[in-house]
Amino acid sequence: MHEMSIAQSLVDILKEEMARHNVHRLRSVKLHVGQLSAIVPESLSFCFNVIVSGTELEGARLDMEIIPLKAFCQDCRENFEVENYTFVCPLCQGTNIRTEAGQDLSIVEMEVD
Amino acid sequence: MKISVVKDILEANDRIARQNRELFDEKGVTVFNLMSSPGAGKTSLLEKTIEAVQGKIRLGVIEGDIQSSQDAERIARFGIPVVQINTGGACHLDGNMIRDTFEEFDFDELDLLVVENVGNLVCPAEFQVGEDFKAMILSVTEGEDKPAKYPLMFHESRVLLINKIDLVPYVDCDVEKIREEALKVNPHLTIFDISCKTGEGLDAWCEWLVETVRKRKSA
Repeated sequence: MHEMSIAQSLVDILKEEMARHNVHRLRSVKLHVGQLSAIVPESLSFCFNVIVSGTELEGARLDMEIIPLKAFCQDCRENFEVENYTFVCPLCQGTNIRTEAGQDLSIVEMEVD
Repeated sequence: MKISVVKDILEANDRIARQNRELFDEKGVTVFNLMSSPGAGKTSLLEKTIEAVQGKIRLGVIEGDIQSSQDAERIARFGIPVVQINTGGACHLDGNMIRDTFEEFDFDELDLLVVENVGNLVCPAEFQVGEDFKAMILSVTEGEDKPAKYPLMFHESRVLLINKIDLVPYVDCDVEKIREEALKVNPHLTIFDISCKTGEGLDAWCEWLVETVRKRKSA
């Protein structure tokens, strides 16, 4: 249950960004949740709602998009989607892999008034 | 109005972890973050490791638990610096908690700092503390399906210690399968089969650790 810490970091960033843009009402926020990140979206939503309740962020909607794991084989230069968390190149069986997407947890967009 | 942001949510923690790391780099201290589920043998591994490497390298330990100081007391018996962090409910350590212990250590007198994380196979993997590498323990009683079920921790770790190897005859566990599954998630894992009970495999782990600490010191 580390979603509470993550929700708190999220709220801190949102407040910072709102102050920077001088806006007071948050309608929604869009997150990218990497497939490899160990986040349970429902749990993050729940924690977010608990933290913002009674604050100016109350009522804001969290939209989460799960980003699939994508990788690049540095040996044969194949781009591929990582299936079943297997970090082996499907083409050359190489393990010199660079993860390109699906590991991060980030805010991408805020809708504000 | 829509504002595009693009910010890593864990950036605040990552920033503190990077600052911790700068200090460790400056002092030439190797730091590893030890993770596993509760009861896999983190503190037992530390006890055995300290016994074996004390005299070769100078160690310090940070013990992370939700509650109690039992682990720190076990480590303090060896006469090495140890700090207990009680997270009071939080399921993982973060960069800030580690930074808060710094005044308890004299890093000029340390070669290795081990951070024993809260027992949990999920959350600790998500939070950097400023470590050089993560090491995790999976005990054979937990089953070979764990790499597939908890991929992040296996993916983030550099070392996997398969503990309680002496129990293999008594449990339904295929160690070869654990290795195979773990290497799928992370083909670069260094794996040691160990038993903290019988001492099997601990020499290889301790030699690797001492070598890693020395290499970093001279780098």
